[in-house]
Amino acid sequence: MSDPTPAPADDAREDVHEPGAAPAPWDEVAAALVAAFEGAVFHDSHGQPVVYVAPARLAHVATFLRDEQQFTTCLDVTAVDHLLDGERLVVAGVEPERFEVVANFLSHLRNRRIRVIAEVPAADPTVPSLTPIYPGVSYAEREVYDLLGIVFEGHPDLTRILMPDDWSGHPLRKDDAPARVPVTFKGDPGPRVGRVAE
Amino acid sequence: MPLDAIPYNFLTGRLEDVVRWARRNSVFPATFGLACCALEMMATGAAHYDLARYGMEIFRASPRQADLMFVAGRVSQKMAPVLRQVYDQMVEPKWVISMGVCASSGGMFNNYAIVQGVDQIVPVDVYVPGCPPGPETLMHGILALHEQIRTGELLKRRQASPTGGAGIEIAQRDGAPAPSLTASTRA
Amino acid sequence: MSDVWEEVERLGRQTDEGAQELRPRSELVVTGGPWPEGEGEGEGETMIINMGPQHPSTHGVLRVMMELDGETVVRAKPVIGYLHTGMEKTAEQLTYVQGSTNVTRMDYASPIANELVFSTAVERLLDVEVPPRAVWARMLLAELSRMASHLLFQASNGMDIGAVSMMLYGWREREETLRVLEMITGLRMNHNFVRPGGIAADLPDGWQRAVLELCEIVERGIDDYDTLLTSNPIWVERTVGVGVITTEQALALGISGPILRSTGFPWDLRKAQPYLAYDQVDFDVIYTENGDCFDRYRIRLGEIAESIKIVRQCVDMMPAGDYRTQDKKVTPPPRARINESMEALIHHFKLFTEGFRVPAGETYVSVESPRGEIGCYLVSDGTGKPVRMHIRGPSFYNLQSMEPMMEGRLVADAVAVISSVDPILGEVDR
Repeated sequence: MSDPTPAPADDAREDVHEPGAAPAPWDEVAAALVAAFEGAVFHDSHGQPVVYVAPARLAHVATFLRDEQQFTTCLDVTAVDHLLDGERLVVAGVEPERFEVVANFLSHLRNRRIRVIAEVPAADPTVPSLTPIYPGVSYAEREVYDLLGIVFEGHPDLTRILMPDDWSGHPLRKDDAPARVPVTFKGDPGPRVGRVAE
Repeated sequence: MPLDAIPYNFLTGRLEDVVRWARRNSVFPATFGLACCALEMMATGAAHYDLARYGMEIFRASPRQADLMFVAGRVSQKMAPVLRQVYDQMVEPKWVISMGVCASSGGMFNNYAIVQGVDQIVPVDVYVPGCPPGPETLMHGILALHEQIRTGELLKRRQASPTGGAGIEIAQRDGAPAPSLTASTRA
Repeated sequence: MSDVWEEVERLGRQTDEGAQELRPRSELVVTGGPWPEGEGEGEGETMIINMGPQHPSTHGVLRVMMELDGETVVRAKPVIGYLHTGMEKTAEQLTYVQGSTNVTRMDYASPIANELVFSTAVERLLDVEVPPRAVWARMLLAELSRMASHLLFQASNGMDIGAVSMMLYGWREREETLRVLEMITGLRMNHNFVRPGGIAADLPDGWQRAVLELCEIVERGIDDYDTLLTSNPIWVERTVGVGVITTEQALALGISGPILRSTGFPWDLRKAQPYLAYDQVDFDVIYTENGDCFDRYRIRLGEIAESIKIVRQCVDMMPAGDYRTQDKKVTPPPRARINESMEALIHHFKLFTEGFRVPAGETYVSVESPRGEIGCYLVSDGTGKPVRMHIRGPSFYNLQSMEPMMEGRLVADAVAVISSVDPILGEVDR
């Protein structure tokens, strides 16, 4: 049994860790992405290829991956709220924004993965939907919309999926729902959290 | 009629005791599996632990045929109205076992999504601790409930609730109104 | 069974030659939300019925809305969220040490897979190497967990389709598996045993004997199921040709695990992208060609046998040594040191109250859970708690396969389809 994807050559990976220099993508898919899309930035995240792209280009990138690079499946779409970060991962050439939309792609045929990240500003949390390209991310995009309030333009039915329909707010945002709520026990004079604080 | 004219053996007893005895030995649980605890509830009903020993092996799919609801798992804000509706569909007399810490107090999931204790929605008779409670623990809870049924009042719940269990405003056992779900948990 | 990679290469060649045969089909659009009133195919003869969220055959709290034309399902739409637990929010409040307590409660039928994927993600961010004994013990536990999960599937699948005695048979063997897991981890479910840096404790004395006995019991059990179901005419009638899905549909919808393998695509992360020590053990990837409910039942039955094979090899090849990394940053000092050293006590206390700090970064790690690819996307900001911990639950994506599987079939088949997808709602809703 042979591994269909040869591991990247060691000498190709070394220049990634050179400080200051723009890292050359050792991953062939990432290299193709960086070459095809202006402004795309490659990042080596613990040995995994990651490409940062502009949010407006996300659908184009997905189309490119599907049609040109045989990426059969979009595994997952999720998002991160960086509002309260202590220390943030710095990637040269990427302007950090509050939200990050993260899409993981897998090519079954070439047995490789790639991750595409788009920095989404808090003022306009809108990205194009990937559902026309990969229908399987429909639930995932609805979940991101529900929990983080990021709007996927072109999604056929962007509604709440996990929270009740009448819920207000997007609970995974750092400034939304409290992570801890007071617990009342029967016959208790007040919430447990409040009494401990006194 | 002289007693020796009766051709069968018989026992005498108070009607209430007979009713309690019958109720205790044929509690039909509703299938209300929510999360991890549902698996342990199924394990209790399966061959190793054999809930049939207590006349409880028939889990009724329809709440209208059930006497006992196991709230087996965490109750989310979205599930809470459904849970209440299922409870309302059960006919009196009915009992509730809150299985596991998530159902009893929210457990480790102290956050926006989980109802912090199912007793905010339905009156609970027995709380079973554990995460999830093993079948032995659940059985201990069931036996505690059997003891409550054996010694309890026949018509307690009906007296406590003006609407006889079908309405929404069922007071808690101690007479205090159930705290509003929205007021206490949604900040 | 032919080599997996021959199959993958065959499919790959097809794609190269025949105009992107495996390209995801974009006309498969999964929709959600409320349906418009009065809309329906035909002459307004369709009816919308609601199944769940409290229904005995929906595996917990799944709700399915079905539009029926007579007894035929025209459209089906799963409605989820009834078990939404906010675990991803809770994960942001817990340290990395506490994190696996949280994730283990997601896919509660196979908790080890969740702990494994979370712990591996943390280790990757920390650049910590796990000692060989921990690797093999994790693999042993993961396979025991897979066995327990698939045995649960056999029990519930049998009951849903009408073979109620399967419920008792399946639980009979699952109970033995849980007993062994309890012996090793201390808990029947939600073990919290695989932790960042290794496993929580060493394997107990006599584990080999218990595990080998279990293998024999389960082997006898799956022979029983095979006799009971595989050639049972009622079973075949209820499952063969029901809920068919093709490889293209499955890939387009992001489906993984036994459902993908039932379509003739032998994709298993344990073989394709080996983690732990799966490249050092001998096992086969079970796959079938038809993509129906019967095939998914057969695959899971076969996977139990493969898991037994792996477990036996784990018993033979289990290396000696540490069961967790000796990196002082991650691992608490041993109990004996705490009794004699103040510093060890402080270290222990700090580790369990504040946890360890993880350098800023992000990573995605995936493993093969019994339901498919479970992934963990972890973002850290240099503190003791993650910024974001997202789990890609295989059931969440697999649920989307219900629509193409159910549409055009009878209502009675819907139950068989739900059961054969084997969703665990704790992982769907998280």
